[in-house]
Amino acid sequence: MLEEHANVVRVVSLAGEVTGRKKLQKIVYIAKKLNYPFHEKYHFHMYGPYSEELTMRVEELCTMGFLTERKEDKGSYQQYRYEVTDKGTTFTESFCKEAGGLPQIIEELNTQSARFLELVSSLLYFDELSREQQIVKVRTVKAKLNFTDEEFEHAFTFMTKLNQFKNN
Amino acid sequence: MSYATKKLAEEKVFKDPVHRYVHVRDQVIWDLVATREFQRLRRIKQLGTTYLVFHGAEHSRFSHSLGVYEITRRVVDDVFVDYPEWDNSERLVALCAALLHDLGHGPFSHAFEHVFNLDHEAYTRAIILGDTEVNEVLRRVAEDFPQKVSDVIEKTYENQQVVSLISSQIDADRMDYLQRDAYFTGVSYGHFDMERILRVMRPREDQIVIKSSGMHAVEDYIMSRYQMYWQVYFHPVSRSAEVILRKTLERAQELYHEGYTFKVEPTPFKSFFDGNIELQQYIELDETIIMTYFHFWTHEEDAILSDLSSRFLNRRLFKYIEYDPGADFKKVLELEELYKKAGLNANYYLVHDSTSDLPYDFYRPGEEEGRLPIHLLRSNGELSELSRSSEVVESISGKRRFDHKIYFPEDVLLENGKKRMLRKQILEVLNR
Repeated sequence: MLEEHANVVRVVSLAGEVTGRKKLQKIVYIAKKLNYPFHEKYHFHMYGPYSEELTMRVEELCTMGFLTERKEDKGSYQQYRYEVTDKGTTFTESFCKEAGGLPQIIEELNTQSARFLELVSSLLYFDELSREQQIVKVRTVKAKLNFTDEEFEHAFTFMTKLNQFKNN
Repeated sequence: MSYATKKLAEEKVFKDPVHRYVHVRDQVIWDLVATREFQRLRRIKQLGTTYLVFHGAEHSRFSHSLGVYEITRRVVDDVFVDYPEWDNSERLVALCAALLHDLGHGPFSHAFEHVFNLDHEAYTRAIILGDTEVNEVLRRVAEDFPQKVSDVIEKTYENQQVVSLISSQIDADRMDYLQRDAYFTGVSYGHFDMERILRVMRPREDQIVIKSSGMHAVEDYIMSRYQMYWQVYFHPVSRSAEVILRKTLERAQELYHEGYTFKVEPTPFKSFFDGNIELQQYIELDETIIMTYFHFWTHEEDAILSDLSSRFLNRRLFKYIEYDPGADFKKVLELEELYKKAGLNANYYLVHDSTSDLPYDFYRPGEEEGRLPIHLLRSNGELSELSRSSEVVESISGKRRFDHKIYFPEDVLLENGKKRMLRKQILEVLNR
């Protein structure tokens, strides 16, 4: 009961603080792709894989008092910061089940930029394609971001590294 | 004449209660309907367990898919064809994507997906791109045609007008399911003036817009959607049936992993239980098989599996209470402890279920969230976002609604016999 809610709180708890909604979306997506128990549905959106269910869940968790959301005005856009409350910590301790390498993955992902996570999650979204096809696809749907060859190379190396924490 | 442009010798029609007739002239569409993967949709109900509340809701994904195709066909053939902003070479890919958009739904769609953590859209694409009859028909159009259809469904297709037709806040999918579900459930909400909306849809650059004179018809559509979600789709009793369905499948999966000997081998489920699903196995599983196995499972030795499957078949559903986890999440822990003492398995007989909806959303610059909004086309050619012009829509824009319930078998808790006092205590915690 309530594990699905608690699992999202745990991500923020393990990260300490997550800066940006996009980053939170991508962290959960990548963890889900590594077989960690997240049930939020993702679709391809203007910034890559995006889950409206996760957006709703995060808002709900803030309303319930398990997460706090701070909004910062960055001029052309708003930046959001998420942290876990004491009540949220008790909540995760009560309902989360053991999840192997999740702490290492969250820590690793949270140190990356949102742009890089957008690239990694977009590649993962098309992971049924060959590596070359993945690159072509991401270059097509993310044309405006002009990802470089080096970024693609770095992303694939990073994905190989993440695979060692895969939840089986 | 190429296969892509080949027409049937004469128009075929499907009689349809929502659109009166579904018209087919294209050989490709006719051939797709005849494939085994599309025919399978006859055996997947559009509204899952809702028929246990609204008994008329036995309609299938097959009829809905034909409906989405018909709406798309009317838009591209009757409305868009004369507009230079619409590239008519996209017509066939739009029609095929509309027809096939739900191809990957599993039995009892959402409950099934939840238990096995599946994504029906991914299976739709897998069927379109895999070794299937559908793929064979699409490849007759062009080698890259299956990929194009798949890209539309994935929303990564280059021409976003085509994507918007099938999947946006005002698309052929929603326009069909709202009317169809209203018709078959027999409710009075869900109706709106689709004829008017179709007449005022216009292709513009990378989206579909609505002439501002059609704003009130769109308001009606948005409100219909809002009503249908909370009155039909999230009905607490059909959610109870869905909870029991989920728990039955979870129990069967748990027993399978424990090495339990089933009276009838659950062969069609094994790959799902193992999390190693082959496409052909996915396609073969439909609601007739689920219901057959539920019948088998009522005779199983395992009391939980037998009880849950019997509850589903005979509509002995769980009762529910409203619940606010934010205010009282520890109540669940208390209940779990009491269940344990009373010898009841909380995993299967104490179930939290939550749902939420966002009736309409608008895009916020720089933020990831927010759906592509509905734009109104003014007489001077400018676009304005719907909620800025409509007070009705503005009142529900961006507002999310959440609902939490705890489901439990009240009949079991009311039973006399052993540990009656503990059961009584559970009912008290549940405020019953």
